[in-house]
Parts: sequence; structure tokens; C-alpha cells
Amino acid sequence: MSAPTLDRPAAPDEAALQAQFDATIAADHRIEPRDWMPEAYRSGLVRQIAQHAHSEIIGMQPEGDWLLAAPSLRRKAILLAKVQDEAGHGMYLYSAAETLGADRADLTDKLIERKQKYSSIFNYPTLTYADVGVIGWLVDGAAICNQVPLCRSSYGPYARAMIRVCKEESFHQRQGYELLMTMMRGTDAQRAMVQDAVDRWWAPSLMMFGPPDDDSPNSAQSMKWGVKRHSNDELRQRFVDMTVPQAEVLGVTLPDPELALDPATGRYRFGAIDWTEFKQVIAGKGPCNDERIARRRAARDDNAWVTEAATAYAGKHSR
Amino acid sequence: MSDVTAEGGHGAVPTGPEIPVEPKASTARRDWPLYEVFVRGKRGLNHVHVGSLHAPDDEMAVHAARDLYTRRNEGVSIWVVRAADITASSPDEKDPMFAPSGDKVYRHPTFYEIPDDVPHM
Repeated sequence: MSAPTLDRPAAPDEAALQAQFDATIAADHRIEPRDWMPEAYRSGLVRQIAQHAHSEIIGMQPEGDWLLAAPSLRRKAILLAKVQDEAGHGMYLYSAAETLGADRADLTDKLIERKQKYSSIFNYPTLTYADVGVIGWLVDGAAICNQVPLCRSSYGPYARAMIRVCKEESFHQRQGYELLMTMMRGTDAQRAMVQDAVDRWWAPSLMMFGPPDDDSPNSAQSMKWGVKRHSNDELRQRFVDMTVPQAEVLGVTLPDPELALDPATGRYRFGAIDWTEFKQVIAGKGPCNDERIARRRAARDDNAWVTEAATAYAGKHSR
Repeated sequence: MSDVTAEGGHGAVPTGPEIPVEPKASTARRDWPLYEVFVRGKRGLNHVHVGSLHAPDDEMAVHAARDLYTRRNEGVSIWVVRAADITASSPDEKDPMFAPSGDKVYRHPTFYEIPDDVPHM
């Protein structure tokens, strides 16, 4: 005699689930964590959100280098708050990645083992205090251009994390610009220091938007799914158009002889970007890649006793 | 009888199953439960979900939530709850779950036609 058949619910119909997902995207509604989603959508988002989170965490280092050398208590308090924000941004993003089934500690391990990437910009050194100002103005300015459209990303938790990040990012950019304005009102040596920092950070800032559209393998699908809203080149152009007038007010020269207003379009033309350098830095051969990863590894390993102590404390008090 | 091995530059150490082993450093953090965080923005408003974090216990979860989610006066009160303790409706049963309210239009005020000249209604 055979066992009675169990009354199992019918296996979910993949085509129906896909149709429901497509309809949600088409209606510009948000996908939420427990919804069915195509595996490529999930894994692509984990890759993008993890990379974004890693960038925030590694991004604490270039400016953190100046915490003990800030020129006044005021500047030090501002810089501390800013670096703490970067840590917070990383946490919001890891939290979003976890809603997709990723494990936070595992993502950190992948960063340290160089299996996942972070933004190329953080592999450049901060040589003077003017670099702190220029990072706020240009690097965080570029980040704002990238992140504002992500507040409408199709994946709910990512979009919500971006809204929090963008609210705080404006402080980052303004403190940087104010720092530079203060230096530009100072001595010739200070003005030269600002110009030197602008000369070094301008091109890497343009590279932050990623490869040109015809060489950006993941972009098209990301746009179709509403994860990304604008192409790399479009965002880069927006950033240039926003930044040129700010440079004029500041009184610095952006290091590009081809930079000029196109009267026909009202937009600024700019010179070719050195994509060989970008690819080198992404491949791990930038000026500071090894240092950044080594310090992240040390933070994980050398501070492990803190998490162990907290775990032990929690264990004692739960009894 | 324990086996003996040269471990980590500390010389020969016994390694039998009866020897307690320190937890591996990188695994401690993995065991911390996930907490969902809710913040009351100001008096008079509901607590709203803002995100999640890992913490070793409830008290430290509240402290971490303070640092992570209220750096700029975003809240006057915080709730944390272990994610594992939340029971939620499933998106798979969305239709049977919420359909009963879909066809009860008479529960909405706009269902009732009242002449325009009736005041205060």
C-alpha cells in the first residue's frame, strides 16, 4: 500500500513570479526584501551595495590620517564627525545588503581578501590638510551626484539607506568647501596648497563615476531594473557642470586645458580621462591599495578582543 | 591521552578534545544576533523602522542604535527587537491576506453620496 499523498501547495510558478516582479519594476514601485526576485537582480545588488559599503569604510582612512594633525579643535571636531558618518554610512549599507541574504562579517572578509572592490578614489594619499577640504568638495560632491539618484533605486532598503546617506553628505561637502575658502583667504602658501590638492584630486574624482558608457558592462541591466537611474557619463557631466562655477568662486583652476563651456549645449566640455590609470588602481596597483587593505585587516584582527569581550559580557548578564 | 602539536609559535601544546579551545576571533561577531531598530522622531509620532544592526545583547543594541541612527537628533526614543522575534505576513500569501478588505468599499467615507449642501460632513 502506498503512503497517502500529502496536500502540498503547488510549486510557485517561476514565470508568474517573474511577471509580478517585472510589473512592480514597470510601475516604478519598490522591491522589498521578502519579494521574489531574479537571482541576477539579487546578486547584482549584493555586489553593488557591498562595494558601496566597503567604499564608505575604507573611505574613513584617507581623512582619518589627519585626525591627530587637525589645525584646530574646531576642525578636529568636524573631521571626527565626518569620519564617524562614513562609518555610519557603511553600516546602513551592510544592513541593506543583509536584507538580501548577505552576511556582514563575510562581506568584510571578502573585502580583506580582495574578492570585492571599493571605490578607486580611496587609493590616493592625503598629503596635506588641503586634501581634507578637497575630498569634501570634490569627492563627496561626486558621491552626491552618484547617490542622489540612488534614493529612487528600485530596491527599497538600498533606496532608504541612500536617503539617510544623502542627508548627511551635504554636511561633508559644505565643511570641505568652507575649509578651502578659509585657506584661500590665507597666505600664498595656503592657496598653493589648495591648488596642489585640486590638481591631484580632479582626475581621480572624474573617474569615480566609473568607466564610460560604452565600456560599462553592468550598466544596461542595472538601468533596466531601476537599480541605477542615470548612466556613468551623464552623472560625470552633471558633476563637471556643477563644479566649474564652484571652482571659480573659490579661485582655483581645474587642471584641464580643454575644459570649456559649450555655448550650444550650456554644458562643459572636458579633456579625455586616463582610463589606464583607473584600471591600474581598480586592479590593486594604486598608490595606497595595499596600505588600505592592511589597515582594514588590522582593524578586524587586532580589535577582535573588543567583540570577544562584549560577547563574554553579554553571556554573563543573560544568565 | 592528548595529541600534541606545534601551534602558532607557542611550542608544543596538547590538542585533544578535552582541551578547551578559545573561540576563533573572527567568528565571535558572526554570532551576534541581528536587531531591527525603530526610532520615534519626536513626541507625538510613532516609532518607525530605520534599519538594523548586530549586537551581543539588548542593552548594547540600544547603545549601538543611538550611535548609528541618532547622530543628529533624529529621535527621542529607540526600540530594538531581535529580527528573529518578528512574525511577518508572507508576500506569497499577499492576495488571501489582504483581499478581504479590497471588496469592502462601504468601509470608506467616499462610498456614501451626500448632497453638497449638507454642511460639516
